[in-house]
Amino acid sequence: MSRWLRSFGAFWYDFVIGDDWRGAAVVAAALALTALLVHVAHVNAWWLLPVCALAALGWSLRRATAGR
Amino acid sequence: MNAVALVLTVFVACAVEAVEALTIVLAAGLTREWRSTFQGMAVALAALAVVVAAVGPALTLFPLGVLRLVVGALLTVFGLQWLRKAILRASGYKDLHDEVGIYQRQVAAAQAAAGGGRYGVQDWYAFTLSFKGVLLEGLEVVFIAITFGDNQGNLGLAALGAVAAVLAVAGVGVAARAPLARVPENTMKFAVGVMLTSFGTFWGAEGAGVAWPGGDAALLVLVPVIALACLACTAVLRRGRAAAAMPPAAVPVTSEEATR
Repeated sequence: MSRWLRSFGAFWYDFVIGDDWRGAAVVAAALALTALLVHVAHVNAWWLLPVCALAALGWSLRRATAGR
Repeated sequence: MNAVALVLTVFVACAVEAVEALTIVLAAGLTREWRSTFQGMAVALAALAVVVAAVGPALTLFPLGVLRLVVGALLTVFGLQWLRKAILRASGYKDLHDEVGIYQRQVAAAQAAAGGGRYGVQDWYAFTLSFKGVLLEGLEVVFIAITFGDNQGNLGLAALGAVAAVLAVAGVGVAARAPLARVPENTMKFAVGVMLTSFGTFWGAEGAGVAWPGGDAALLVLVPVIALACLACTAVLRRGRAAAAMPPAAVPVTSEEATR
């Protein structure tokens, strides 16, 4: 049973997060920060998520190609 | 988003996954046995239909803001995964998806596997190979179709794009009776990655409370900006790869260095 649960979890982790968890972490943090800026500081931070997504992609590519 | 973009995005995403599923189905059918292969495929398609029927309407029960926040985050993460792979492949850091090579490996494994049936299925190996291939490749497509369709309030149109892609790929596959190695899979993956990331960031930010300048028209800027940024990444990585591959003797020497 625990083996089945582990492989079930591993499947969903690979399906949603993929090869680099940092991308998902950056997107989650950027969305949280956007919501804070909009609702607390009243800043319409529409630019934050696209910038962070592209930065996360660049970071991930840099890590994947470093030293190769 | 207009209907054309919705159908096109789902169609291309679905076609990429359908090409990969077709390779597995062909390997199982041509090497083992067609009846069990079709049974596996039919059960997987039925399971996917149940997922669409259950999850699609259930998602509409959530408030639109929450739905857009969650779906936007997931689509952005998905899109970044697709873009990462496509850029690494296009720049030579990762091997291109080789349908012929995958097909040959699947055929070798299918030939080596033991025969035998279970639960009324004549060839259990062909059944499970086909079932897993179609279900796993199909899940990603189902997710994209449901999220795009629900966000646009047009699940039927998204489903139409998905079904059209499956039929087109299956039709070409039946005619060719070989894996579709000449489909520009990486280019399609790149295009889908750009669309997923663009719509994901758009809906995600909207779900977080942002008001996009120009409303939906912001997508007309967001899509090309993300595409250009990714093309620039590909060009930079390609140049770096080419420079790293150049042997030291081939590095051009300036006339000043040569006379030293």
